[in-house]
Amino acid sequence: MYSEKVMDHFSNPRNVGEIKDADGVGEVGNAKCGDIMKIFLKVENGIIEDVKFQTFGCGAAIATSSMVTEMVKGKKLDEALQISNAAVAEALDGLPPVKMHCSNLAADAVHAAIKDYMEKHPNG
Amino acid sequence: MKRIYFDHAATTATDPAIAKTVVEYMTDVFGNPGSVHGYGRQSRQAVDVAREQVAKLINAQPTEIFFTSGGTESDNIALKGIAYANRSRGNHIITSAIEHHAVLEPCAELKKEGFDVTILPVDEFGMVDVAAVKAAIKPETILISIMFANNEVGTIQPIAKIGAIAKERGIYFHTDAVQAVGNWPIDVQTMNIDLLTMSGHKFNAPKGIGALYVRKGVRLRSIQQGGGQERHLRPGTENVPGIVGLGMAAEKARIGMEEKIRYTTRLRDRLLSGILAKISDIKLNGHPSERLPGNVNVSVLYVEGESLLLTLDMKGIAASSGSACTSGSLDPSHVLLAMGMDHATAHGSLRLTLGDDNTEEDVDYFLEVFPAIVDRLRSMSPLYANRGDVSKRCDSASCKESECEIRGS
Repeated sequence: MYSEKVMDHFSNPRNVGEIKDADGVGEVGNAKCGDIMKIFLKVENGIIEDVKFQTFGCGAAIATSSMVTEMVKGKKLDEALQISNAAVAEALDGLPPVKMHCSNLAADAVHAAIKDYMEKHPNG
Repeated sequence: MKRIYFDHAATTATDPAIAKTVVEYMTDVFGNPGSVHGYGRQSRQAVDVAREQVAKLINAQPTEIFFTSGGTESDNIALKGIAYANRSRGNHIITSAIEHHAVLEPCAELKKEGFDVTILPVDEFGMVDVAAVKAAIKPETILISIMFANNEVGTIQPIAKIGAIAKERGIYFHTDAVQAVGNWPIDVQTMNIDLLTMSGHKFNAPKGIGALYVRKGVRLRSIQQGGGQERHLRPGTENVPGIVGLGMAAEKARIGMEEKIRYTTRLRDRLLSGILAKISDIKLNGHPSERLPGNVNVSVLYVEGESLLLTLDMKGIAASSGSACTSGSLDPSHVLLAMGMDHATAHGSLRLTLGDDNTEEDVDYFLEVFPAIVDRLRSMSPLYANRGDVSKRCDSASCKESECEIRGS
């Protein structure tokens, strides 16, 4: 039911972990729904220098988290804000329809982390 | 790669000897049991033998066995059939919150049609309280339907006690025994069961065949009209190959019952104690002692069930989970929630159901690969990283249901 790309990112997720002195942290979802995604950002000169994730969730939740870290790493913050959940799913060659509605939150987590960064660094 | 099947509660392999005979009843003995000629008589005779074999497994009379397509059809005939035939006596039905959907959905339909349905809660072990059954009885109660053993957590219900109450009060008692038949001794006489649902593929018969036991004298209306097969209760040309297979499986189960229970219990205990010894933060779901021999159901805290299943599958191990992600809905298993489990723990549930075709080597292989699977997923999980932090825990007070519903649509 999952694409090869999803299974690849699920089996060998990229950028798993925590950044201790992160510049921005975003968390979306909740345990009741079955997924929590947490994104840690390291930002320099408006560019995402490093990104890591922690995810509790199904195969799609882990794969989208992994994929979104690859998509935003090295990107400018405003570019990263343009990346949608749908774009992440597309980059994984799609998700099963039921997963589009429940486990496709990775871009939201990145956006939340960027928002956190901006609040902490109001002058950029 | 090794392939290990730990999902016997979902379905079982058809016994090879049974499959061979089933095929013979398609290709060689293919007559319609309703036909007068020799072909037909041969099929009729095979159906009669199977009816005796099935009856014997549960200590019923052959005339009390009606062949159906399986568990769902038997449950529908039992619930609607009793409801429609006894409406003049009353409109109240008692069932439980952990029933299979094949019971809960017909009950929901009957409710729409004006029947009064009481859905009894269960305790943390998934057990129905006998006193609560008694207390729920009204003058209008016509049927009590409580499953024999639960498909997810394996809890075996106090069926004989409920049967005794139903008998004393003159109320029909149906039990969905799909998980129990062939795996646990059942005696419809001593347990005072009036109607019983069974499904062949849960004990090595083919899929698409089941039966409903209906005690002689029970007032039941057929819910499907057609020819006169199965004494008008379940019209339609008999599935002779399936019926023959069900009969053979019943015979095999009856003879091998004691040994199968002994063997699968030993494997089950080895598996469970191994999991508990090797992995921290594991919760056993279901009853510690009153459970089906082959059933292990645990919650692996801080990880999600589908991720466990996918990783186990990569190692060749087939299992199942009560996680929302595997149920195709936004909520985890209704059984686990009815047991009072919080959502996060339910999402991390893992069901391993063993059969007598599993071996000690299968169990040991699982125990060898499972710790690394759990470690990997926990190392990714923010819940595990924050496991000491109570404020991060999600209970019904702090997490709103609606947050799950509105996403992304």
